[in-house]
Amino acid sequence: MTAGTEAPTLGLTHQASEDTGLGHRGPQSKSIVVPYGFWLFVLSDMVLFSALFASYASLVHATDGGPTTSQLFDRKLVAVETMALLISSFVCGLAMITAKRKNMVWTQVWLVMTGLLGLVFLGIELHEFSTMIAEGAGPQRSAFLSSFFTLVGCHGAHVTAGLLWLGTMMAQIWNKGFQEHIMRRLLCFSVFWHALDIIWVAIFTIVYLIGTLP
Amino acid sequence: MTELDPEKLNVAPGVPHDSMLSETVSYVVGLGLALVLTGVSFWVASTGTLWGPGVATGLVVLAIAQMGVHLVFFLHITSGPDNTNNVLALAFGVLIVLLVMIGTIFIMAHMNSNMMPDPTQMNLQMQH
Repeated sequence: MTAGTEAPTLGLTHQASEDTGLGHRGPQSKSIVVPYGFWLFVLSDMVLFSALFASYASLVHATDGGPTTSQLFDRKLVAVETMALLISSFVCGLAMITAKRKNMVWTQVWLVMTGLLGLVFLGIELHEFSTMIAEGAGPQRSAFLSSFFTLVGCHGAHVTAGLLWLGTMMAQIWNKGFQEHIMRRLLCFSVFWHALDIIWVAIFTIVYLIGTLP
Repeated sequence: MTELDPEKLNVAPGVPHDSMLSETVSYVVGLGLALVLTGVSFWVASTGTLWGPGVATGLVVLAIAQMGVHLVFFLHITSGPDNTNNVLALAFGVLIVLLVMIGTIFIMAHMNSNMMPDPTQMNLQMQH
């Protein structure tokens, strides 16, 4: 294996004579271990969300005489949100492809688009939240609304954190170039961003679509 | 069994494939499938032509399918030998998620039906 021909930053950096991952020749390279550890974090994050989904499902009918799901949710708005986040996830993948080829301009372009689409998603969500609170359907109105704001708000907080991380990554790539440790962070970010889209699939199905069935 | 390339025994989650074309194709195919599944979900939820009680189950199935599409085409979690660690971690995560969700929903639904709520407090209870 010739090292460094293409993108040693992604995938294994070991020589063929070195570790095979079977344990007797030392640990895997950092470019394997770090994203794997981050993958474990993402999975534990999904476990956290599963608890929020479970409490939402248990409390969705506990409306205390207040507004119900089909009175509150607007499917058209949710469709736009879903599109924005899905395309953002896709564009993030394109950024990974160009980053692997160390193409600075296109990587930054795709990352900016990823961030803008994330902002569209977040803007619609905040608009929805503020409209609901203005109508008196805030988190303190009923157990249903408490669990709704906790679940969807937790996802929104993750998206916000992801956007801050995205900005940081763009600055780091711009200043430090496509170094190995920067690429590891970018890979972790893309795993995080795709995982947020997976959680959103569960949210728009369980909360918004099943919640507004006739 | 042929000898495995030691370079390929493990791969990090989310790492794209080798050639630019196959990587781009993977993401485009994933986007296409996700768009179709999302579209079908919204259509199924809006149309009145389907058997009502089955719609919720159908939506859950569509959502699980779309999560699978995201895992395979965006996160590149595959069944290949270099992905064993990632798949095992995912399987454990799915196990815990299912235990928490199904367990909670099952227990809470039955606890509710085993309690006789005070009629004046009916609004605080789950109403089916």
